[in-house]
Amino acid sequence: MKHGEKNIIFGLYDDEEDLKSAVRKANEDHLQIMDVLTPFPVHGLDPLLGLSESRIHIGGFVYGMLGTLTAFLGMTWIFTRDWPQIYGGKPYWPILSFVPITFELTVLFASIGMVVTFYIINGQGPGIVNPIIHPSITDDKFCIAFNTNDMESNQVDRYRQFFHNTGASLVETKTI
Amino acid sequence: MGSGPTSPIREPLIRGHKTYHQITEDLCSPTERAPNRAWTLAFIVALSALTFGVICIIITIWVGIGTWRLNRTIGWGWDITNFVWWIGIGHAGTLISAILLLFRQKWRTGVNRAAEAMTIFAVICAALFPAIHVGRIWVVFYFFPYPNTRGPLWPNFNSPLLWDLFAISTYFTVSLLFWYTGLVPDFATVRDRAKGFRKKMYTFLAFGWTGAAKHWQRHESLSLVLAGLATPLVLSVHTIVSFDFATSVIPGWHTTIFPPYFVAGAIFSGFAMVQTLMVITRKVLNLQEYITIAHIESMNKVILVTGTIVGVAYLTELFIAWYSGYVYEQFAFFNRALGPYWWAYFGMMTCNVLSPQLFWSKKIRRNVTMTFFMSIFVNIGMWFERFVIIATTLARDYLPSSWSFYVPSIVEIGIYVGTLGIFSTFYLIFVRVAPVVAIAEIKHILKSAGDQYATSNAKTTVQQVESGTLELQVDGHDSHHGHH
Repeated sequence: MKHGEKNIIFGLYDDEEDLKSAVRKANEDHLQIMDVLTPFPVHGLDPLLGLSESRIHIGGFVYGMLGTLTAFLGMTWIFTRDWPQIYGGKPYWPILSFVPITFELTVLFASIGMVVTFYIINGQGPGIVNPIIHPSITDDKFCIAFNTNDMESNQVDRYRQFFHNTGASLVETKTI
Repeated sequence: MGSGPTSPIREPLIRGHKTYHQITEDLCSPTERAPNRAWTLAFIVALSALTFGVICIIITIWVGIGTWRLNRTIGWGWDITNFVWWIGIGHAGTLISAILLLFRQKWRTGVNRAAEAMTIFAVICAALFPAIHVGRIWVVFYFFPYPNTRGPLWPNFNSPLLWDLFAISTYFTVSLLFWYTGLVPDFATVRDRAKGFRKKMYTFLAFGWTGAAKHWQRHESLSLVLAGLATPLVLSVHTIVSFDFATSVIPGWHTTIFPPYFVAGAIFSGFAMVQTLMVITRKVLNLQEYITIAHIESMNKVILVTGTIVGVAYLTELFIAWYSGYVYEQFAFFNRALGPYWWAYFGMMTCNVLSPQLFWSKKIRRNVTMTFFMSIFVNIGMWFERFVIIATTLARDYLPSSWSFYVPSIVEIGIYVGTLGIFSTFYLIFVRVAPVVAIAEIKHILKSAGDQYATSNAKTTVQQVESGTLELQVDGHDSHHGHH
């Protein structure tokens, strides 16, 4: 097996309610889920999987503040220290005039920063290809996948039994 | 927002008893089949207009701004009229995507993808005008504040014209990011159905999206924050555009009503353009079950509200001109109604004030043909509004000896036609390449807004919950609360 490759067993469900019941059952049986993949965000799934809240908005705030400081301090330095000029009798440091550009740059830095961060932490981006477990996942099927690296075949059968009991419409093993 | 009580009185937003797979089929197939005759014909017309526009732009840059019939005192004519018109149109897309997301209006999912695309193309058309109207476009980089060898010479941060530069660049970038963020999962859907070259193309465009739960969680969080950032952009960008006029000293321009008046007008004209596009798109691509009459009606309600605000703004301007006792302001409006451009003023009043009032009638609001013609009227009316504000006012400002008249040259008209061509060309390409309706978002609302689940079919109704016959399922940590 190549480095980073995983052996997985996955099951596809036809409905998100079946998926959520299956995840609850997996939690009850103490089965370690590798990943759950869905065609759209499923309400109520995150707490079942024990996913902590995303902190991307904190990043957004920090990037935004960076934009605010860049704009405001930049304009302040330009207009008061580097080349002060008198425009229409306005003061050298026209704070209110700086508001529109400061606001725009805050939004710009926050947006670009957050979006770039989002793709980096997801492991996605232009030209990046991630293994696709099953093409129906982006269509109408909901997937639970377990990692079966270094597992005996009777352990894998436990997973197979789990999928059978929870009503999965398709069960397959794969190497990704 | 997918699960939860569904109201028995809300109109369904997805018709045809769709399954998730049917949604995928219906919304991906326009990108998978060859273009039909209507598309090809429209594309040829759009491309011709674009070409004519490009030729006119080349003439403008090569020969000079003298090819435009601008003169003293009318320094801004069709160029800035078109700029404000296009930017105004762009605002509807962001409002539908961002503001309706924050207000949890599910109906936005039928139209948000196309509207956001419309915004991006409209902003491209708009940005063209400030770029070419400067005359020396080859030194347009002078506007950007970067350390240079000219002093360093910096731009004037007091000027709304510079604020515009930042506002529009930011608006374009954020809209593009927001639109593309939503498109990535849908491109993944198309990718997983594609073969050959198309598969390679969509694999690249889908950025490696897999649909993992954690990724969806981050995606929702990102969309919510981007929506929160884009919302003040809608307000600020058009406010800054209004400042191009309001911070001057020209009577008829120097009024504090401009910011809210322009923002309302932008939403007004933007929604009208969305209606024009949606009425055609849903017919040609057979998407009436996703872009339903409910969607058309909701957008018409917005048009009615913003049109009324614009009408009230017109009346306020007239009232304040009289009440202020300032003769130049009073003359400015006297001139608009009865001066050399009176026909533009009456066109504006009829199209913007009178015609949207027809939407008080539910029958008219839900009539697709009426909606289409109304949307054209509103767009024409809003073009006249910008023309009246700019050319009429500049033709008759303070000093009678400076009064002049303005008629556009063929080059200016050609550039405008060219932007219509650019916009249409981009939109037609968009329709072929990307799903016009947000696939993942529609699937997300199917269980609560699909017609087999909603209205009288609603399994969980508020009544049942309140009467205690059914437990409302609330998961421990409501991480999706406040979204969609």
